[in-house]
Amino acid sequence: MAAPVTPQPDPPRAIVTVRDLVNRFGSQTVHDGLDMDVYPGEIFGVIGGSGAGKSVLLRTVLGLRRPQRGNVEIEGRDITTLDGEELTAIKRSYGVTFQHGALFSALTVAQNVQLPLAEYRTLPEDVLRELALQKLRLVGLDDTAATKYPSQLSGGMIKRVALARALILDPQLLFLDEPTSGLDPIAATAFDDLLLYLQQSLRLTVVMITHDLDSIFRTCNRVGVIVDRRMVSGTLEAMLEETHPWIRQYFHGARAELARGAMAGRHDRPPVRPA
Amino acid sequence: MLIEVGERDGEPVYRLQGAWRASAVAELNDAVATVELRPGPRTWIDASALASIDLTGAHFAARLVERLRASGATVDWQGSPPESVVFERDALAEPRDAPPGDEPQESRSAVAELGRLTVTWLGLIRAELGFLGGLTVVFGQGLRSPRHLRLPSVVRHINEAGLQAVPIVALIAFLISVIVAYIGAQELQQFGGQVFVVDLVTLSVLRELGVLLTAIIVAGRSGSAFAAEIGVMQLNDEVDALGAIGVNPYEVLVLPRVIGLVIALPLLTVIADAMGLAGGAVLSWLVLGIPFNQFAVRMQEALATTTFWAGLLKAPFFAALIALVGTYRGFEVRDSSRELGRRTTQAVVESIFMVLLIDAIFAVVYWQLDF
Repeated sequence: MAAPVTPQPDPPRAIVTVRDLVNRFGSQTVHDGLDMDVYPGEIFGVIGGSGAGKSVLLRTVLGLRRPQRGNVEIEGRDITTLDGEELTAIKRSYGVTFQHGALFSALTVAQNVQLPLAEYRTLPEDVLRELALQKLRLVGLDDTAATKYPSQLSGGMIKRVALARALILDPQLLFLDEPTSGLDPIAATAFDDLLLYLQQSLRLTVVMITHDLDSIFRTCNRVGVIVDRRMVSGTLEAMLEETHPWIRQYFHGARAELARGAMAGRHDRPPVRPA
Repeated sequence: MLIEVGERDGEPVYRLQGAWRASAVAELNDAVATVELRPGPRTWIDASALASIDLTGAHFAARLVERLRASGATVDWQGSPPESVVFERDALAEPRDAPPGDEPQESRSAVAELGRLTVTWLGLIRAELGFLGGLTVVFGQGLRSPRHLRLPSVVRHINEAGLQAVPIVALIAFLISVIVAYIGAQELQQFGGQVFVVDLVTLSVLRELGVLLTAIIVAGRSGSAFAAEIGVMQLNDEVDALGAIGVNPYEVLVLPRVIGLVIALPLLTVIADAMGLAGGAVLSWLVLGIPFNQFAVRMQEALATTTFWAGLLKAPFFAALIALVGTYRGFEVRDSSRELGRRTTQAVVESIFMVLLIDAIFAVVYWQLDF
């Protein structure tokens, strides 16, 4: 298996396409003609200042919010025009994790993970349990975690359980909202490794909102920066050449210079299974 | 068909076909559970006709293999198994236990159970005493320097628990009193004692119904609100944050609610009393033809000096009780949304129960004192 696959020069077809997106709250315009393309097999990082509209973009792409204008296509289907059953079908085709995990506090870890499956089909209890355990093992948790409640988990475990829940229906497309925020550097690095491992072994496409520069340099093939209500996207190398002041400051600030060190070796890293 | 059973050189072959994906999970489960088992010491699985297979599919492929093996056959893949099957087998199929932990062995004998219960109960009593103690200290501080009484907060709670409850309390008091008067009228008419409806309404509303109804409505409205507000703050670590800033949570969260309610509930009771009497008067006029001025005269005769106060005196006690139970249950919320619901329910049920219990005690005391 190869290290993160950079999409071919002539990429096949975008799996997520956003065109001319406009989002407004009252008189405040968050997005004004935003375009975004995510290609199969890549990890696409979405970055932008606080209040730039990253979460609004995510909510729009997930079909949780109707934009004032524009199209959002997931696998060629425009979700802004879909309703009811069809939209639900699209929603089942991707996995999502939210910033704080959004685990259901009244359910155990196993119940949390199997919830999308149990809601969707009638299956025997032992099959549900086995499939939940499979996904928990996939994200590197041991079976004893299954019976715990979210309040008994550490921050890193919560993120992993959220990821297991996002993966339960074996989606090809994964949306992650700040997956490493609030984690210590060791746990964050472990999570990055896990993400790379999953992306390679399951051939996932990942759209990730993040502020974590280490994470961007370690995992992302391409990034999209929301500036001036639009998106500027490209490979990390291209972003380093960008002249927009905010992007320059982002990628050439003191923190970025440190984090870029991590980028140097990333393409020769062997795909080891993270602990 | 996800599995087709065939034969090759006299040995059974299970051909997997179609999309073995999570979207067909129920069909996969059925197919694997119901597949016809052919006898034979050696069986084959052929994945060459598979359109696609994901990890969920791989799990069911593993289940199929397991079923075949359980029937006593050896199982081989014809050609190489799909990548995800290999991945699932190598990385995900093994049960993964935590390193042998220090799970305490729970003793299940009756004595141990009794001990555990005792410790739990003592712990609860201690926590409740601690709550009351902490509150008393805060109240003492408040008496010494009024800044600690948090007047703006008290006013907010008087508004929310008192002023905003006026319409519903007034309406319910009016209706209940109409009901009491109506039933009374029906019964008393048989003896020609219609006029005693006035006595019935006056005494029951002023002594019992007014304050009791108000307390129960307030317990439902505000007791639950107190528990839920503090419970959510507890879930968000806001209570800890207050403590860390050096602000006593009892001072900002409990005391204003208790004081606010102790002020608001008696005022609401006065309104409920008035509306109750009005309801009785309206019904007496409509059904029994007793005009308002005659109702008023009769009411004066029925009233003792203490009647009104006997009801109102109970209000501050009910108020303190509702506020204490609500806030205490709020502080008990830990960890989960379900807990929040449970504690809020508990707050309402317990405060209504306690209100009725204290009301009964008051009744006995009043009787003994001839109040």
